[in-house]
Amino acid sequence: MSYLVALLGGAIIGGAAALLLILSGRIAGVSGILGGALVPRVGEVGWRVMFLAGLVGGGLIGAMVAPGAYGAARGSGPLLVAAGLLVGFGTRLGSGCTSGHGICGVSRLSRRSITATALFVVTGMIATFAVRHIISGVR
Amino acid sequence: MRHRTWRDVTLPWLIAFAGGALFSLGLALSGMTDPAKVLGFLDVTGGWDPTLAFVMAGGVGVFAIAWRASRRLRAPILAARFPELPDAVDRSLLIGALLFGAGWGLAGYCPAPALASMGAGIDGAALFVIAMMAGMLGHELRERQRSRF
Repeated sequence: MSYLVALLGGAIIGGAAALLLILSGRIAGVSGILGGALVPRVGEVGWRVMFLAGLVGGGLIGAMVAPGAYGAARGSGPLLVAAGLLVGFGTRLGSGCTSGHGICGVSRLSRRSITATALFVVTGMIATFAVRHIISGVR
Repeated sequence: MRHRTWRDVTLPWLIAFAGGALFSLGLALSGMTDPAKVLGFLDVTGGWDPTLAFVMAGGVGVFAIAWRASRRLRAPILAARFPELPDAVDRSLLIGALLFGAGWGLAGYCPAPALASMGAGIDGAALFVIAMMAGMLGHELRERQRSRF
């Protein structure tokens, strides 16, 4: 049952990305949308801010309707900062994250996105293993 | 220059907002906004949780149909053209994906769920998002330094 809900949730994410592509010709890559909003260029700010407002605002409303869907952040402050810096720098250097490469890129069988997705899933597994089983005691 | 109408400005903004909100709903429903679940997928040693593979299958399934449909259109319904997307695998892509994966595996947050969790008022999510934006700006500064020489 939970797998079916996850499949539906994924389909909704794909639907949101499809809406942006077909109507506006935009790729719903969240790191790219945020990165572009931080370094403003003419005509490239408004829609990004609106997308991010929907994403963050969705969390605000979502937490009122179903607070259980939002789990606690894992790890201490310094770990969250280190993780955030890596995710921010890495997604810009690698031109995408789980949405842009993982969903939009893999869907269109882009060699670039399939390579990136395989790589970040494997390094994610290695990092999780390191934190959970080698540094241990953290959680 | 022709006068800009609501179709040029307001409508794309509304679509972007609706897209972001729908994306956020999908994240919450699929379990992506629970770092414990994400790390349960990334931790392949014992009690592996395959949920995230289903999320990705759902997302890829729907977007693949949309992508194929878009190939039949000359342009998006409300914009001048579809984006041109690169397909080259280069060093930046590989190193970037490596660093991103490491950060994802440390905390269980990738960019979209972190932003939605910040909206939900989860402790630590805003801290992660601020650090993430600092990392993005750090990349921009590095680019500017490099292009100066």
